[in-house]
Amino acid sequence: MLKFLHEFGNYWILMGKVFSKPENYSVYYRQTLREFISLGLYSIGIVVIISVFMGAVITLQTAYNTDNPIYPSYLIGLGCRDSIILEFSSTVIALILAGKVGSNITSEIGTMRVTEQIDALEMMGVNSASFLILPKITATLLFNPFLTLISIVVGIAGGWIAGVGAGVVTSSDFIYGIQYAFIPYYILYSMIKTVFFAFIITTVAAYHGYFVEGGSLEVGRASTKAVVYSSILILLTNVILTQLMLS
Amino acid sequence: MIRVKNIYKSFDGRNVLDDISVTFEPGMTNLIIGSSGSGKTVLLKSIVGLHEADSGEIWYEDTLFNTLNFHERKEIRKQIGMLFQGSALFDSLSVEDNVRFPLDMFSGLNTREKKERVNFCLERVNLAGTNKLFPSELSGGMKKRAAIARAIALNPRYLFCDEPNSGLDPITAILIDNLIKEITEEYNITTVVNTHDMNSVMEIGEKIVFISEGQKCWEGNSKEILNSDCKLLNDFVFANALAKQLKNTGV
Repeated sequence: MLKFLHEFGNYWILMGKVFSKPENYSVYYRQTLREFISLGLYSIGIVVIISVFMGAVITLQTAYNTDNPIYPSYLIGLGCRDSIILEFSSTVIALILAGKVGSNITSEIGTMRVTEQIDALEMMGVNSASFLILPKITATLLFNPFLTLISIVVGIAGGWIAGVGAGVVTSSDFIYGIQYAFIPYYILYSMIKTVFFAFIITTVAAYHGYFVEGGSLEVGRASTKAVVYSSILILLTNVILTQLMLS
Repeated sequence: MIRVKNIYKSFDGRNVLDDISVTFEPGMTNLIIGSSGSGKTVLLKSIVGLHEADSGEIWYEDTLFNTLNFHERKEIRKQIGMLFQGSALFDSLSVEDNVRFPLDMFSGLNTREKKERVNFCLERVNLAGTNKLFPSELSGGMKKRAAIARAIALNPRYLFCDEPNSGLDPITAILIDNLIKEITEEYNITTVVNTHDMNSVMEIGEKIVFISEGQKCWEGNSKEILNSDCKLLNDFVFANALAKQLKNTGV
């Protein structure tokens, strides 16, 4: 318990350092653009691939489990749409990004720590926590909702391809289903969850990298811990936000 | 000038620095020597504020450094250049961007002036033409020189070098030593070098402080070191068989 409180306190002290006034806005701006590319753009591929297949599986599962004349077939499209918007594109993609982006952040910052690059920044008078972490937070908070939107579109498209391709639903029924009883608030709900998850992924990973001690072995362990902790926090936050926003 | 007064530092109840007082003079290469684990790096990092001393005073000219907060220290840190043991170049940046980094952050120079300054620093350390290379493409000696170029980019008043020769062959090590000495004299910098390399001690040791188990045992220069009656220092200086043989034969 004491260790948890110690870590919790350290985390918020680090956040205090992160959200302080930058030394030079133009350097931070350039750094943020770099992070947009490495944390955002380079994640589009994996998001697209996973979304297509998950959309396809959700559609096929829904179709085989509602294979009954009393259920109209447009429910397959509706089920695919709501599953993807409400849970898959925000939560599941966040869990995947916790692995990809989170471990990337921890290993990058952790390696900088053990090779004294962070000390070098401090020696120059640079607030290393802010310089290294703030651009990553900014980039993921702004870009991850965009990734979620891509995931929604591609996931539903994957569902349509699989459903129509396998002959379990007609194209017109599926399209009718994804339009039927659409609640735009679900998109907002998904976006808000994504922003919370992006903050968790980035800051938990950065915290574990920033305070790593030792060598490459410890950096690897810190990456694993960061992914595990951020995944648990994402799931916990998901429950809380769902209760707050949909109840 | 840097003055260290009665510095103590411990980790987990183990004393690493025990009442160390020393003055480092400007325009001079000041060496801290001692065996591995003697507390050299902790002393150096305590002086620059990367470790907080448990007690004692660290003065940069007339400023008591260790009572300043992070923001107040920034002003002094902008006057400090530091060469780390592993060079600590930023892996994701090219040599040019590494050297330009402190200029981007703090100089207020325009792009052309920064470019000129970067080229000047790289030429000064004999790395002209390596601007676009990345740290992973450099040899150990080149990395050290690139790190020196970055350290001098902002014309520092103080230069700290933590084991600048570690991992280098003897010829490259001497080149790095001489470069540090030349830069120190050229810009009248207060330079503090951590080393356990006896070649460095004899080449550039204008003022030498020997520490053992966290305590200052001896202070002097490279001429005095050979005739010291400090047993711990003699054990360190004449550690290898050749040195012992030369000493015993009175060479």
